[in-house]
Amino acid sequence: MTLKSAIHLTNVSKTFKGMTEPALNKVTASLEKGIIIGLVGPDGAGKTTLMRLMTGLLLPTTGHITVLGIRTDSPRIHDIAGYMPQKFGLYEDLTVIENLTLYADLAQLEEKAKEETIDRMFTFTALRPFKNRLAGKLSGGMKQKLGLACALLSQPQVLFLDEPSVGVDPVSRRELWKMVQELADKGMTIVWATSYLDEADKCHQVLLLNEGKLLFNGPPQTLTDTLKGRVFRVKTTFEERRKLLRALLNSPLMTDSLIQGNTVRCVLKSPLKEEVKGWEPIAPRFEDAFVDILGGTAKGDSVLVRDFPAKKKIKWPLIKAEHLTKNFGDFTAANDISFSINQGEIFGLLGPNGAGKSTIFRMLCGLLKPTKGEAFVAGFNLQQAPSQARSRIGYMAQKFALYKDLSVEQNLNFFAGVYGLNGPHRTQRIELMIHLFELDPFLKQNAGLLPLGYAQRLALACAIMHEPDVLFLDEPTSGVDPLTRREFWTHINGMVSKGVTVMVTTHFLEEAEYCDRIALIYQGVSIASGTPDDLKKKVTTPTLPNPTLEDAFITLIEQRAFL
Amino acid sequence: MTVWIRLKALIIKEFITVWRNKKSRIMLIAPPLIQLIVLSQAITLDVTDISLGVRNMDGGWYSHELIQRIKGAPYFTKVFECSHHEEIRSSINNQKALAVIHIQSNFSRLISKGKPAPVQIILDGRKSNASQIVAGYLGTIVTTFNKEILRMKGVHPETLIDIQSRTFFNPNLEYIYYTVPSLVAMLSMLLALTVTAMSVSRERENGTFDQLLVSPLQPWEILLGKTIPAMVISVAESTLLMGIALILFKVPFVGSLLLLYISMFIFLLANVGVGLFISSISYTQQQSLLGAFIFILPTMLLSGYATPIENMPTWLQPVTTFVPITHFFIIIKGIFLKDISAFDVWKDTWPMLLIAMCTLSAAGWMFKRRLE
Repeated sequence: MTLKSAIHLTNVSKTFKGMTEPALNKVTASLEKGIIIGLVGPDGAGKTTLMRLMTGLLLPTTGHITVLGIRTDSPRIHDIAGYMPQKFGLYEDLTVIENLTLYADLAQLEEKAKEETIDRMFTFTALRPFKNRLAGKLSGGMKQKLGLACALLSQPQVLFLDEPSVGVDPVSRRELWKMVQELADKGMTIVWATSYLDEADKCHQVLLLNEGKLLFNGPPQTLTDTLKGRVFRVKTTFEERRKLLRALLNSPLMTDSLIQGNTVRCVLKSPLKEEVKGWEPIAPRFEDAFVDILGGTAKGDSVLVRDFPAKKKIKWPLIKAEHLTKNFGDFTAANDISFSINQGEIFGLLGPNGAGKSTIFRMLCGLLKPTKGEAFVAGFNLQQAPSQARSRIGYMAQKFALYKDLSVEQNLNFFAGVYGLNGPHRTQRIELMIHLFELDPFLKQNAGLLPLGYAQRLALACAIMHEPDVLFLDEPTSGVDPLTRREFWTHINGMVSKGVTVMVTTHFLEEAEYCDRIALIYQGVSIASGTPDDLKKKVTTPTLPNPTLEDAFITLIEQRAFL
Repeated sequence: MTVWIRLKALIIKEFITVWRNKKSRIMLIAPPLIQLIVLSQAITLDVTDISLGVRNMDGGWYSHELIQRIKGAPYFTKVFECSHHEEIRSSINNQKALAVIHIQSNFSRLISKGKPAPVQIILDGRKSNASQIVAGYLGTIVTTFNKEILRMKGVHPETLIDIQSRTFFNPNLEYIYYTVPSLVAMLSMLLALTVTAMSVSRERENGTFDQLLVSPLQPWEILLGKTIPAMVISVAESTLLMGIALILFKVPFVGSLLLLYISMFIFLLANVGVGLFISSISYTQQQSLLGAFIFILPTMLLSGYATPIENMPTWLQPVTTFVPITHFFIIIKGIFLKDISAFDVWKDTWPMLLIAMCTLSAAGWMFKRRLE
């Protein structure tokens, strides 16, 4: 054991009762001290299991783990390890300061040390202005910061963070990362599990898991370097980009392709032998390597494209928001929002947590009554619309609103029934969905026990079974790994090519790149709108000649915040 | 046609959710059965096994005879001597005795002389009901003894008024006949409430309720889709409980089964309405659970089950009209034990029907309002 290593995993396996495959399979690795270690992998790869093993909350079936020389089966592990699960146990009915005091008492800090530490935490998290706010009333980002502060109160030497940035907007995400970086600089060892691969890129060491096996362990750059000369940017036009994407994804030479503004970013299976006109070589990212090591993305043609009937051409806008305003008491959640969306468009509502995206979204699909203004979908106001009008929309919520106690088959049957499908047509539609989304092996399984990727497929299947004209998606791929996300958007792109109109809320900028147009919502107001490239152009400066959408997002919001 | 397809999907879904989950399946069957069997034994207003303290300062025959008679009565299973005055207070204080009988030293002497002799009975006012009954028992024993003393002395007093009591509908005053039908009503109410109270809030928590609201389902369809399965489950459960009452407890059933089912249906509908209304105004399952709780406790206390409504203050009595189970208690006992007429059943059925209509339409209206 070298002095530099903080955590040692020796041949660690974990098998849960009733599962044939181990959740973790013979993982051996050593993790360095005083750095941020990224733990990445698709959903169900075993990240959380490994995390809980390292904190001593679970014991390995075989093998053993030491953290700073202490075996995880020793109770002393809790003195040195801090753990922040995906949902930190904040008491939502206590204020920020009360939460901190409670956790300080639990950590048995002495009175004087307690005050000092809490004070330091306020400075560290910049939560001082919100001292007396109820924890339940904080935004997602602030909650995570408070959770982090509470986890730090016991002054751990090793800190485990399980997907701390899920559901947190880019601005808060950057802040959170900065805070953790600061801790690492002071010598703390941090293990950060994430499904955001841009975060992994910034880690010093990365452990990549898939199906319980360790596929890679080392600095992310090492893995990224294997893709040198294989990543290109291909210029195209706004109208052609989706077609090009499909063509590229279908090519056997291709590992991965993504839309980025008016270009398609693609990763080849092997380096190009000679230069190709219009193909500009660019630096690979960790995400490219991730997709590559996991075997590349699915084919570009969604099976939906073949079997989904094309929609009749409609000239007028399918979704129209006219001066939508919503007040909750004194608080204006949405202020004078207007836009219209044409057939076959993907329109994105983008913004940080609590900006008012969901409020606008819910007003459009008729779940919330606007204080002022009106919303029209397919020519109807959904608040008062007859039920036939509502059968023309599909809706997929953030948490995959499926019936968890019902089997996959029963869920499909239920939604088919609710949308009035009957007889042979119904059987045919359900069979088509099962076939399209490869749900066959799971038919009898409870929807609540599905792997995340399949839960998402099922949710999408239930939302589109009745062939809606308009599809509403509320943060559809939050917390989903890149492969599942790409597959999801392949389906959406397929439907859009058939004339379906899509409205999506997201704070995930990768996802926003798929949109034709975006409205950036901040504090209830639309502060910018246009194509992704339009937004990027707005923040292009000589010092930042090639801004990403994330740069645009953060700059535009900061400009607004300083007004 | 499409309405029926949608409704069918909703109803099937509700049944599957209840049946697929092993826990909720057990919850439907086991607790009501166990409660009916156990609580019917527990809830009894009979006062038996009384422990009585005796402070006898008299050494004569009369006091001795009186105490022997008390000891001989079946209710007084534990009669003990208080050796000094303080023990009277302390045995009541620490609930060693429910009552103490205190006989003065000149008791036998006074009776021999043919003068009235006082006996003091000290009762525990914390158990006012039981104390009154004990006082009644003791009074009866003393009255009988009085008569016999007179007879021994050769006086044959004519009893001018002689009470001949006969109890209708339950000749032997079997407590079970009263408690079991009441328990059937109570447990059916609890089930109807629990099945519905969380059904909407659970969907709200899981996000599936939004999914229903954006679907072509109309609010009244959602309401029906929630009400029908709950009613089927509740009626089945009540039938099961009544079966046990008749077969296991052998409670007599003299009335009309049809009338009972009609009124029971409306009673359950009222409770399903209350449950759905609670659920429709709750955002989380926790809230609806609390809401159901807030409803159940006053309901039980105002229902007239434990304390007669006639004894409540006049301003409070009309309030009990709004408690569905108040009416059903009257009906279920009436039909089980005394074959009340259809008109009498109707008199207590229409208020429940009104409650059902109000709560159900309020719940439906809450669905319609969506999330403001």
